[in-house]
Amino acid sequence: MRSKYLKWILFLLALILLLAISVVISLSSGEVSLNIWDLPQIFVQKNSIEYTVLTKIRIPRLVLAIAVGGGLSLSGAILQGIYRNPLVEPYTLGISGGAALGVSIAIVFGLNVLTFLALPLFGFLGAIVTLFLVYFLSAKRDGLNINSMLLIGVMVSFVSSSAMMFLMSTTTTDNVQSIVFWVMGSLDESNDTLIKIAFYASIFGLVTSYLFAQPLNALRLGEAKARHLGINTNLSVRILFFLASLLTGIAVAVAGVIGFVGLVIPHTIRLMIGNDYRALLGGSFLGGAIFLVLSDTVARTIISPNELPIGVITGLVGGIVFIIVLSRSRSNFKLN
Amino acid sequence: MESFFKIDHFSCGYPGKFVLEEINLEVQKGDFVGIIGPNGSGKTTLFKGIAAELHPISGKSILNGTSIQKMDLKTRAQNVAIVTQTIEAGAMTVEEYVLMGRLPYRRQFQFFESEEDVEIAQKYMKLTGVDKLKDKNMNALSGGEQQLAGIARALTQEPQLLLLDEPTSHLDISHQVQILNLIRRLSQKLKLTILMIIHDLNLAGEYCDSLIMLNNGRLHKTGIPAEVLNYQDIEEVYETVVITRTNPVSGKPVVFLVSENVLEQKQLDKR
Repeated sequence: MRSKYLKWILFLLALILLLAISVVISLSSGEVSLNIWDLPQIFVQKNSIEYTVLTKIRIPRLVLAIAVGGGLSLSGAILQGIYRNPLVEPYTLGISGGAALGVSIAIVFGLNVLTFLALPLFGFLGAIVTLFLVYFLSAKRDGLNINSMLLIGVMVSFVSSSAMMFLMSTTTTDNVQSIVFWVMGSLDESNDTLIKIAFYASIFGLVTSYLFAQPLNALRLGEAKARHLGINTNLSVRILFFLASLLTGIAVAVAGVIGFVGLVIPHTIRLMIGNDYRALLGGSFLGGAIFLVLSDTVARTIISPNELPIGVITGLVGGIVFIIVLSRSRSNFKLN
Repeated sequence: MESFFKIDHFSCGYPGKFVLEEINLEVQKGDFVGIIGPNGSGKTTLFKGIAAELHPISGKSILNGTSIQKMDLKTRAQNVAIVTQTIEAGAMTVEEYVLMGRLPYRRQFQFFESEEDVEIAQKYMKLTGVDKLKDKNMNALSGGEQQLAGIARALTQEPQLLLLDEPTSHLDISHQVQILNLIRRLSQKLKLTILMIIHDLNLAGEYCDSLIMLNNGRLHKTGIPAEVLNYQDIEEVYETVVITRTNPVSGKPVVFLVSENVLEQKQLDKR
């Protein structure tokens, strides 16, 4: 028992170390390449160009990468837990579809020209509206029907993507381009407040999720059996669902649709440390943060001075690495 | 004397569908009670009602003076433990699984098991014989071993009432006997009150102190095995021709089935 906890702590510490290394790599690379060992010195010289590059461009972006990567991955781990389904990810529930639809509406009606806040706001609204739709359609007298919730989410996702295509087919080419660009996802966000909101929300999500680590563990046995163990499953599932939705909604609103993080990272962490949520929640958050920090570094340096959409990197790298890991692991791979 | 566990004018069921009506039942501490009856007679519904998974339409179930329906979820899990037919614990070790039995005792924000939790889990893993398997994954166990782990987990909850839903289904005779011997021993050694749904009438008669026979959502008959397992009642409830005898060693009732063509043959012979 004690050795189990020790293993978890060492694992999480290793991830924190990896995150620190990723941060340093990310800070030093880019259009203006900086020597890793010069970084501390740059932070002292407050009037240098390098200082401005770091504090005005790279650090905000880095913070956003940690928030979005950690948030999405954590959300994925939570949702896989409450649905007992390994293929669920934050976007399965239609949250991203709703957000994309919201953003499309904002762009088609020219709201994004009025204020820079229009896109994140509409993205978030789209996500929240979808989430309430999914929630109330699957709510029953005596609790939620978890399976129908999943199906309704998938259907809502299809409906909103069709509606989005309708909007795209009736609007100008410029607008279509803006929508496509947004949907591909990017961590290029210039508003500090939005970045702060995303960061604090993801930390809030991490802390709150830990209060439900035991219910999540019990849910591995199934809802009825978790209830037999004294877990208030209705309440836990509800709170966790809203938490995961909040995390996803904010991530999508600020950074667009960045795929694969919420699916691949929790699974990779499961393979490494097991399915106990007490280790998995933190591991997923850190893993997601590391993955997105590195992906973003690649996305903005590989064809510098241009930038690849980060979704391309997360999809390609994440997908391929995941396939390799899966096909190599001899232990049969099961979620619960 | 007030019974340890009592169901009083208990009715429950699903809206518009199956209903269990007016069940009365009294069980003494340490009793090992078998619940028998054909498929769809309400055995599982009765369990759900007792465990307060289903709200009763009327009546209540009282354990040691307290209404189970009025207990909060945690208290209920500390008092009533259930072992279901299938245990889908997946990729967790036996020890992790058995330790889940301590969840009802976990304080609000307690993340880690206490030494005591581990000791209790260890004790019951030993008692059920799954301690040798504790580092194995649950999905790597055989059906019988999974049942044993399930019982260990339920015991780890340290309940006053243990509900077993067909613990011997899908098992061969040696595992059936192994599990039932264990349950019998537990009821005596721990003075544990046990209710068990079981399809096999012979095993029910051999092992249980008393039997409850359900039919169409009503209590058909209750009593010691010799009273309940007679051919009239069995034929009425199961609508099947049976012959009952007495086990020469244990003195418990045994039920024999007769195949259709033999019955026809006998009828012909009679003529």
